[in-house]
Amino acid sequence: MVTLNHYLILSGLLFCVGTAGVFLRRNLITVLLSVEIMLNAVNITFVAAGRYHGSVDGQIITFFVMTVAAAEAAVGLALVIALFRHRETLSPDAFTSLKW
Amino acid sequence: MVWMERKVCAYIQDREGPNRVGPEGLLQPFADVIKLVFKEDLRPKAADAFLFAIAPVVSTATAFAAFSVVPFGTETTLFGLLSEPLRLEVTDVNVAVLVIFAITSMGIYGIVLAGCSSNSKYSLLGGLRSSAQMISYELSYGLSLAAVIMLAGSLSLREIVVNQSGYWWHVIPRWYVFLQPLGFLIYMTAGVAETNRAPFDFPEAEQELVAGYHTEYSSMSFALFFMAEYINMVTVSAVATSLFLGGWLGPLLPAWLGWVWFMIKVLLLLFFYVWMRWTLPRYRYDQLMEFGWKWLLPAAVLNLVATAALVIWLG
Amino acid sequence: MEQIVFYVLAAVALLASFGVIGQRNPMHSVMLLIVSFGAYAGLYVLLDAPFTAVTQIIIYAGAIMVLFLFVVMLLNAHTEDDMVPATIGPRTMKIGVVLSLALVGEVAYALLKIARTDFGTDAGTVSSIKDVGHIGSMLYTSYSFAFEVTSILILVSMVGAVVIAGKPRKDR
Repeated sequence: MVTLNHYLILSGLLFCVGTAGVFLRRNLITVLLSVEIMLNAVNITFVAAGRYHGSVDGQIITFFVMTVAAAEAAVGLALVIALFRHRETLSPDAFTSLKW
Repeated sequence: MVWMERKVCAYIQDREGPNRVGPEGLLQPFADVIKLVFKEDLRPKAADAFLFAIAPVVSTATAFAAFSVVPFGTETTLFGLLSEPLRLEVTDVNVAVLVIFAITSMGIYGIVLAGCSSNSKYSLLGGLRSSAQMISYELSYGLSLAAVIMLAGSLSLREIVVNQSGYWWHVIPRWYVFLQPLGFLIYMTAGVAETNRAPFDFPEAEQELVAGYHTEYSSMSFALFFMAEYINMVTVSAVATSLFLGGWLGPLLPAWLGWVWFMIKVLLLLFFYVWMRWTLPRYRYDQLMEFGWKWLLPAAVLNLVATAALVIWLG
Repeated sequence: MEQIVFYVLAAVALLASFGVIGQRNPMHSVMLLIVSFGAYAGLYVLLDAPFTAVTQIIIYAGAIMVLFLFVVMLLNAHTEDDMVPATIGPRTMKIGVVLSLALVGEVAYALLKIARTDFGTDAGTVSSIKDVGHIGSMLYTSYSFAFEVTSILILVSMVGAVVIAGKPRKDR
């Protein structure tokens, strides 16, 4: 029997994988991909909780999360392109001019 | 399909086409396949091996997968041989139209991967242009689908076809093409652009870009891309038949022979496809993109709004 | 049967996600993420949400990932992986790993405290969740404000992306 706990644990693990990706990777595009992993993990939690409560609200919230993720990916990638044009590199370590 | 294309092309160009291999050249495609299978499978050294190998597989797999939700006919018992009725489609999903749209979106990856992993200028340019064209026309494609869904009130292809049964004034069948002529035109145009066929086939134009995204492919991989393109054409025609032309419905034949009508309609649309390729000149790439965004998309939106207004007004 | 499918899909999703953060080449990361989206779609179908599954493929795998692929291709990100170190120096890496493991520990601890809760199997509930018409009507009635705001958000992000990524104008 697959219970709600299975889905919650899976989603928690995926969220941690995404966070680890944001911490550990030094490539701007991979960081954005890790953020997408985190958003998807949250989506699974919403749909599973919606199924548990027997209402369709989980899916509707998922719909909005997906749309916002699309908007954020578009703007994030535009920023990556603009940054790349300046420094010709995709590593976040090159953009440290605001550090003291 | 390949045979039909070459024969029709030949007759349009006032010649006879393949007529050596088998009667009327019917075995020509088999000869072509045998030749292609025995050719050497080349791979450029700097290409990314795994992605290069998997690109044609993705193209072909998505082309076939979209076919799994298209219904060929009503439930049949094969002349009473089967104990319970057999549905003539692989699955009857209640979100079938969206599944087709999703799988069409996945088809872009075959081309993007092929262009990118070949590590050659022509392939990259061809792949980029081709995928940009496909995603641009996907919008009009989806909007024309949405108009039909509004008319039918359901996302399942089987139910959409069933909603088209019956006649007006005993003569004109209740197909959606009569209710939505603009929608049908938009769908077919977007479908032709989605499958990268003429007159929208600039990315694989032989004169300009060598062969576009499949420049570096040979033998079986090339054959797979070719096959994927033809299967995509068949899928677009089959979906157009189900949505607009009434699927398996038709006069004179009993209900359990509906798949005959389905085949006839699909063949008609395919003939139209091939006819278009060999008669119309090719669009230039910027004309193509301008057409997709400035003309087809507003037309699709207008169609959707008009359909919505009519559905509400007429109840 | 359902359990086997769940474990297979969960394993695919987890392995693909590990691959996404572990791969050197961003192109491979994008491909692995697409595989994991397929696994998520399967999980949504298991959860009686076919509409969400199909929307996931259309929006995420079909549009957002194509965007990522285009950017990776245009910036030639997949060929420059040897010039810049892909991960950070050893000491910072150890801190990062410790922090990630701490997060895993906390999440696991919190989630394991929840008692075992089964899903309801009432046929009426299931069919009302699956019904796309129901989702549509809820979207336009109870959640209509969020819907309209989201559409404005997408418009703003579209304009913003074009402005930020566009070529700098010559008269500046």
